[in-house]
Amino acid sequence: MTTEQPHEEQPDGEQPHGEQPDERGAPVGRRVVLGTLGLGALGLVAAPALQRGLESFLGGAAGKDPTGLTGLLPNGGGFRYYSVTSSVSRKDASNYRLTIDGLVDRPMSYTLDELTALPQTRMVRDVQCVTGWRVPDTPFEGVRLSRLLDAAGVRPSAGAIRFTCFDGAYTESLTLDQARRADVLVALRMQDKDLSHSHGGPVRLYVAPMYFYKSAKWLSGITVTEKVRPGYWEDRGYDVDAWVGRSNGRDDEPTA
Amino acid sequence: MSPRLDTPATPSSPSSPFAQVRRFSRAERWVHRSTAALMGVCVLTAACLYIPQLAELVGRRALVVTLHEWSGLLLPLPVLAGLASRAFRADLTHLNRWGPHDRVWLRKAVRRVPGPRPAAKFNAGQKLYAAWITGATLVMLGTGLMMWFTHLTPLMWRTSATFVHDWLALTIGIVLAGHIGMALGDPEARKGLRTGSVSREWAEREHSLWRP
Repeated sequence: MTTEQPHEEQPDGEQPHGEQPDERGAPVGRRVVLGTLGLGALGLVAAPALQRGLESFLGGAAGKDPTGLTGLLPNGGGFRYYSVTSSVSRKDASNYRLTIDGLVDRPMSYTLDELTALPQTRMVRDVQCVTGWRVPDTPFEGVRLSRLLDAAGVRPSAGAIRFTCFDGAYTESLTLDQARRADVLVALRMQDKDLSHSHGGPVRLYVAPMYFYKSAKWLSGITVTEKVRPGYWEDRGYDVDAWVGRSNGRDDEPTA
Repeated sequence: MSPRLDTPATPSSPSSPFAQVRRFSRAERWVHRSTAALMGVCVLTAACLYIPQLAELVGRRALVVTLHEWSGLLLPLPVLAGLASRAFRADLTHLNRWGPHDRVWLRKAVRRVPGPRPAAKFNAGQKLYAAWITGATLVMLGTGLMMWFTHLTPLMWRTSATFVHDWLALTIGIVLAGHIGMALGDPEARKGLRTGSVSREWAEREHSLWRP
């Protein structure tokens, strides 16, 4: 309580001319400090209800807002850009490669065209970030990861997958069982458009049932390993098994 | 702690327009400077975490997060250290106590009544700002710690803490812009915090009830 000072006498020192007009009087400053703290505590208690109301209000407003300013408000809707490096090189059909190696019989390297030529799966689910934002009904389209794993021939000793990215820093992980789920894609399209660079294009991982940090952007390597090796944010405290609503101390509505 | 070396003409010529009066001690100026620097780092890193265009430009999320956490954690330190200074403690008393003139000041400011408004060492607006930013900083610190050390508090609190932290951050940003805007509009007030002294003429005009 820094502005709260006892009503102490100051007989000497800084006030040579005697009493100042504001040495007496009500301690309004202290009341304002305490009031602000009280409002903060009240905000914590009321947050769940307030947040639901604001999300639906701002979500609706964002659709009619040509300036995009609502996107800057908390819970204003839309995706947020997170990168762990200072800059990420751009890749396109001419220089993009996705390698599959590790505990496989046939290590593979795919170009973007080769990935596009494989059977595509389209899914429409909510996207939930572990920091709180959620984007409803977002279409993703791409190749099932299980198809790529089968094509490479996973060895019996394998138990997990490690994902690496061409930003040079980000990594992710899944157990083999998680990776074989039908709702885990190597995504080429999002919102019915080719994946843009800022959304992790040309190719990103999409793990529908998990928090969005599992869906590594700028995917460039799939390595089959024996055991799970925690990824970038998982080394920094996030859960490895990142089921939406059942991990990271959050109770969001599941996305799959 | 009152070396009045840079106040050349106070007693002899109180009406001289060039007369200087002592407003802030060295310790107080350093409290303000270091608080401002830490707050600056806090706000800039927050912007880089939060505004998509800046996030895209800067990246390095783990580093920016670390800077934000530590500048926020250290933010109360200058004020706590300042409590060792008698002058700083005296100013906290000035900021805390409200007299009848403060209500007059506020009423005139809210209704935009032209002409001078009565104020002692600090006017009612400064008092209100000081108290509010203190409370707001502590709320940010509390909610920030809940988000940082996620395993210390019950799980549901964390989402609520994020909510309060986000919206209060936006509010602080606006209020802080007002604070800086006021300072930009008043060079003599800035000089007070830079050199420790202000002109007697300014003090009598802006802080008529202040007896330095």
